[in-house]
Amino acid sequence: MPEIRYVRAISDTLAAEMERDSRVIVIGQDIGMSGGTFGATRGLYDRFGPERVLDSPISETALVGAAIGSAANGLRPIVEIMFMDFIGTCWDQVVNQLAKMRFMFGGQLTLPVVLRTHIGAGLSAGPQHSGSLEAWAVHVPGLKVVMPSTPADVKGLLSAAIRDDNPVLVIENKALYATRGEVPDGDFVLELGRAHIVREGTDVTLVALSRFVLEAEKAATKLADEGISVEIVDPRTLSPFDADTMLASLEKTGRLVVAHEAWKPCGFGAEVVSIAAERGFYLLRAPVRRVTPPFTPVPFSPALEKAWLPDAATIAQAVREVVAL
Amino acid sequence: MVDARQGLAMYRTMLLIRTFEERVAECFAAGEIPGFIHLSVGQEAVPAGVCATLVEKDLVSATHRGHGQVLAKGADPGRVMAELFGRDTGYCHGRGGSMHVADMSHGVLGTNGIVGAAMPIAVGTALASRLLGRGQVTISFFGDGAANTGAFHEALNLASVWRLPVVFVCENNLYAEFTAQSTHTRSTSIAGRAPAYAMPGVVVDGNDVEAVYSTTAAAVANARDSGGPTLIEALTYRWRGHHEGDTMRYRPADELPAWREKDPIARYRSVLADRGWLDADAARAIENEVRDTVDRATEFARTSPYPDVATLADNVYA
Repeated sequence: MPEIRYVRAISDTLAAEMERDSRVIVIGQDIGMSGGTFGATRGLYDRFGPERVLDSPISETALVGAAIGSAANGLRPIVEIMFMDFIGTCWDQVVNQLAKMRFMFGGQLTLPVVLRTHIGAGLSAGPQHSGSLEAWAVHVPGLKVVMPSTPADVKGLLSAAIRDDNPVLVIENKALYATRGEVPDGDFVLELGRAHIVREGTDVTLVALSRFVLEAEKAATKLADEGISVEIVDPRTLSPFDADTMLASLEKTGRLVVAHEAWKPCGFGAEVVSIAAERGFYLLRAPVRRVTPPFTPVPFSPALEKAWLPDAATIAQAVREVVAL
Repeated sequence: MVDARQGLAMYRTMLLIRTFEERVAECFAAGEIPGFIHLSVGQEAVPAGVCATLVEKDLVSATHRGHGQVLAKGADPGRVMAELFGRDTGYCHGRGGSMHVADMSHGVLGTNGIVGAAMPIAVGTALASRLLGRGQVTISFFGDGAANTGAFHEALNLASVWRLPVVFVCENNLYAEFTAQSTHTRSTSIAGRAPAYAMPGVVVDGNDVEAVYSTTAAAVANARDSGGPTLIEALTYRWRGHHEGDTMRYRPADELPAWREKDPIARYRSVLADRGWLDADAARAIENEVRDTVDRATEFARTSPYPDVATLADNVYA
């Protein structure tokens, strides 16, 4: 199986899906002739041309609106929101229009729109270019949300998102763009709404999102040496969330830790632990723990950002504490 | 410019909108229609004239004051009324109500509760038409209030730079909700913003249905011919409040009477009569037919069932 970079998996998957379905188009700032500011759409413009790869003005409201309208009229558009921190600029189109139109109109249309964006601190991108805002999107009925953590996930989830007839927000992580991984050849689609057991274990259920899946793996390897067996659950799809997989794991372990880059208050971890309390209360043998950054915007200075971001060590420490209880 | 058939059709459309809106006002006052209602009495010539230039496959995105726009594009009055009444037989099975009436079978992308938000969506349907070679034109209705939103700016710019078959039609009724145009912008003309987007901007008497028709026909033909978008500003006036229940204290006392003198329907009836296209009997026949249509629509709405609660979660996802 070839090993490719996460960012390459994005462009490869987009190309494959555009080849497969002529209705798929890609829209965004600098995504065409420049191949995207992070190279995620490299090669598409040369291969598919300006009628399918549309470089656009800095007009997120218009772009998302254009995606909605074009999806209503026969296309399957993929819009890039360059950084998830920018999604506020078009949030009305996402929340009040895209997510609601099928419902409000009594099912008269389907909107097969994909919004691609990225989160990710750790690159000194600063407070307005580093945020993890997936919780905002999970709180929107009608909008599916996925977070690929590996290059294979990218292919599987992005393919699924493009083929899904619903609006799907695909949240990449810019700090993962350079990571490498094996990606299956040919058609590879991961079913949306199914969580993934990244690593099996018996002592703690560790639910991790995006880049923290990799940090969780490092933590689990270290903890194995200490005799602690960690089961890592990667939701992959945040909405609809596969709670059953998490609960089945909890039944084995009785201990729950959640780790994500988003803030603690009302972050996705809050949803996970709530479900555990509602549906897995009698499975719990210890209080739950959430590993998150402090409740501040992401600081710019590397000295501060490094302290701000949890890592494998912080995650491992949380697991040890939960095991000791 | 228009022949008798077209003229009479536009006249009937205006009368249908007027009769429908006045019926909605009565039903709302009687407590039969829940929520918020925004009526377009007085503005009928704009949607009637605009939609008369379109063909079946063309699309329309409407405003929150959009019943007339929806009806003029060919939606069934009974299903529109049923939607306002929250019944299952409404176009949206009672999920949307007045501000979210859509009829995709007639290319109506829906009325919209967020001012300006439908404009980028109209740009999107036009984009698909261009890329798929469908030869459709999309009409993006909006008001003077929407002209100050970012969505307006972005939509016009994008339609212009991508050269899209969309015609932007501003129903300038001089008020954005309760605020007079003179206090919400220093621009004296919405159409005057068009050159900033390298598109033609035209002002038209929005209460002259044939002027609306001919102005729009030219813009639609241009768009269909890949000439890109046009911005039309139709000057008109709403006789009723921003919403039903609005006491309109923000309007000078002499304003409404002056505009009632320019009633688009009375005006056009005279024009048609002068041409010999509409005598008193024919006018009465149209009035009766329209009243019957609205009566049947109202009865249909009144006697339709509410949606089954068991279906509440339908259509959140495909």
